[in-house]
Amino acid sequence: MRRFAALLERLAFTPARNGKLRLLADYLRDTPDPDRGWALAALTGGLDVASVKPALLRDVTTARVDAELFALSHDFVGDLAETIALIWPTRGSADAPRLATVVDTLHAASRREAPQVVERLLDRLDPPARFALLKLVTGGLRVGVSARLAKQALADLGGRDVADIEEVWHGLAPPYAALFAWLTAAGPRPAPASDAPFRPVMLSHPLGAEDLARLDPADFAAEWKWDGIRVQAAAGNGRRRLYSRTGDDITAAFPDLVEALAFDGAIDGELLVRAGHGGVASFSDLQQRLNRKSVTPAQMRRFPAFLRAYDLLALDGRDLRPLPFTERRAALEALAPGLDPARIDLSPLLPFATRDDLARLRDTPPEPVIEGLMLKRRDSPYLAGRPKGPWWKWKRDPRLVDAVLMYAQRGHGKRSGFYSDFTFGVWAADDTLVPVGKAYFGFTDAELAEIDRWVRHNTTDRFGPVRAVRADPDHGLVFEVAFEGLARSTRHRSGLAMRFPRISRLRRDKPPREADRIETLEAMLPPGTED
Amino acid sequence: MTLRDLLTPRPEGLYCPAGDFHIDPVRPVARALITHAHSDHARPGHAAVLATRETLDMMAIRLGDDFAASRQPIALGETLDLGGARVRFHPAGHVLGSAQIAVEAGGRRAVVSGDYKRTPDPTCAPFEPVACDLFVTEATFGLPVFRHPDPADETRKLLASLAQFPDRAHLVGVYALGKAQRLIRLLRDAGHDAPIHVHGALRRLCDYYASRGIDLGEIADATAADRGGVGGAVVLAPPSAFGDVWIRRFADPLVGFASGWMQIRARARQHGAELPLVLSDHCDWDGLTATLTELSPAETWVTHGREEALVRWCALNGLAARPLHLVGYEDEAED
Ligand SMILES: [Zn+2]
Ligand SMILES: [Zn+2]
Repeated sequence: MRRFAALLERLAFTPARNGKLRLLADYLRDTPDPDRGWALAALTGGLDVASVKPALLRDVTTARVDAELFALSHDFVGDLAETIALIWPTRGSADAPRLATVVDTLHAASRREAPQVVERLLDRLDPPARFALLKLVTGGLRVGVSARLAKQALADLGGRDVADIEEVWHGLAPPYAALFAWLTAAGPRPAPASDAPFRPVMLSHPLGAEDLARLDPADFAAEWKWDGIRVQAAAGNGRRRLYSRTGDDITAAFPDLVEALAFDGAIDGELLVRAGHGGVASFSDLQQRLNRKSVTPAQMRRFPAFLRAYDLLALDGRDLRPLPFTERRAALEALAPGLDPARIDLSPLLPFATRDDLARLRDTPPEPVIEGLMLKRRDSPYLAGRPKGPWWKWKRDPRLVDAVLMYAQRGHGKRSGFYSDFTFGVWAADDTLVPVGKAYFGFTDAELAEIDRWVRHNTTDRFGPVRAVRADPDHGLVFEVAFEGLARSTRHRSGLAMRFPRISRLRRDKPPREADRIETLEAMLPPGTED
Repeated sequence: MTLRDLLTPRPEGLYCPAGDFHIDPVRPVARALITHAHSDHARPGHAAVLATRETLDMMAIRLGDDFAASRQPIALGETLDLGGARVRFHPAGHVLGSAQIAVEAGGRRAVVSGDYKRTPDPTCAPFEPVACDLFVTEATFGLPVFRHPDPADETRKLLASLAQFPDRAHLVGVYALGKAQRLIRLLRDAGHDAPIHVHGALRRLCDYYASRGIDLGEIADATAADRGGVGGAVVLAPPSAFGDVWIRRFADPLVGFASGWMQIRARARQHGAELPLVLSDHCDWDGLTATLTELSPAETWVTHGREEALVRWCALNGLAARPLHLVGYEDEAED
């Protein structure tokens, strides 16, 4: 448990992706089975243990510690689990249980027994391990590790491609002994799930001007790039599953769509929400259905999910991936009429002859939820990962606003010593600035140095690594900010959230008073956006 | 004689009427007795200063040679009569030269501990418990959540990271006096014998520690390091340097802090620490309460930190205690 606790602590404080990968891969290599497998399950959300309510934990603690001292401590520390981990009166024992023992103990406990079981474990663990335990049983293990990152670490560990990991992942269960045997000890490759398995997804490259000039239109098929969530719908042996593009199983959140997967095979497509008028709803409507473990009937009525099919990877036990795109597409078109059109329809192929035709299509999409074009080589097989050449994405130009720099935060690693993370705002109705987003890329090294110098000379307040800067109508720094779309958000004071914001250029010429106003952004919200 | 007559809290600091001196005063006074050379205890401008040789030397290094009109060294264990008071300096285990000051008059004894710790520290003499009627204790980490881990474990954490990220300079923010030298010594004891780089602000104090017989191994200047030049070395600097352009000389530094405050995650995050190391030169909660239990003084005055919780603990344990709100002690300037 000590090693796991130490890993969690390092992960929580390591900002860079590469740093996290190194920590994970080292841990998974150096830690014995089955501890490493349970750690992997805990990090990827695959560990299911009886949960304990925070209030109960507070009660078992104040039974042992003076309530006033506890209150003073909790005030100072802020986090309840952290306070309990530190204040718990024992020092931890020499025979502290390993992670696997802790997991077994928790698995064996009923919901009613759980608080007492946790209490006994707390007595035997040291403070970092207590913290890890408390986060496990309260479900708050947030250390910035996605399932995707964990799979990449596994790939690094075994010297494999991440697609190899994704392909076998769904046939595996914690503590993943077979997986580690394969990756570290030349054991056999675990078999992928036999029913409705995930197949690693094929991804595209952005189309540059040179790529476009070299491209022969006759070699390619074109379709819309829909602004939803790329998914894979798989069915077989009586199982139906919906996967994210990184292979996370999201079946439980979309029973309305999963019900319609009446085929044996795997469809690659875009998950979208149907709008009232029969068209496609905005991304922010789709967001109402995302990141949920389950869904209510009301949500399904209001935001009905459907699949817009791009590709067919397998059918009736046959792997179609080695076939050229045109043949897979023909098979998909043959399959589609037998499926519920309200839930599964085809992403249409777009007629075109020349590059100019493509440019026109890209500039005048018929629906706002289209973010550009996809170009796919007609003769290309379906290849896992991001091979360069067969698939291109050609996105619409981004949205732009002029916003005023409000806060700057110091960077880490290669950006140490530079203020490199920026919060910017636009003018609200009462003529104050309201923050609308954060960006930390899009500028050159020279521009970064210039912004950093400006921040240091115009600081009005400091909060740890963050500085507030001058942002008055006549004095401040204006950025042109590029972003992919806007959605309503209750998490931001402005009520808006930008997708993929980045600094597109510095507007040294522009006084802050001429920066954009919140009305401008609100007008960019897709039609029908819920208030 | 009441304890308040023996030692009187005044705005400028604790005052002993019998001996006509102040201990660790925050404003210039005629005669100051100084527990140790940290800036919140050792200030410039007093007419006469009495302190250990090391404290006087390091005050001169930090404040300039003219920090006081006259200065007098006193050895640990040495007794001196000042007017109607008898004073004696005892080791506090905090930093090199740090002392508790025992004051006796009218048959009663007060001990002003300054800052102290009970954890063994290879860079200074260990804390010596001194029986007394009045004990003035610090409470920097006076909350039961502060229970400092084994310094050797924290040192191993740093070395493990160095092994894991061998290309990144490991910059550790440290207090210039005490923490820096203790961390270097801990690293040496853990078998790390590569040169350790230090920011210019640490250099003279490191040299001074070495001149007092504390072997710090090979110390190199961080200031001379080119961008990327030091690779995966340990570099110690005052935390203020990390907000400064100084840090840009390192290509992809991994920033850590060595401080008791690193125990609290929100604090570590506030400092932007990628590698928080819990290493303190103060007593943790267990150290404070064990000391009070051991000494069981007739009265305890609590200062310098989270007085409220420690006073509460004293009440629960039948010890008379009250908070002493000394003006000017900086809560978190050090450690
Ligand atoms: Zn001190
Ligand atoms: Zn102090």
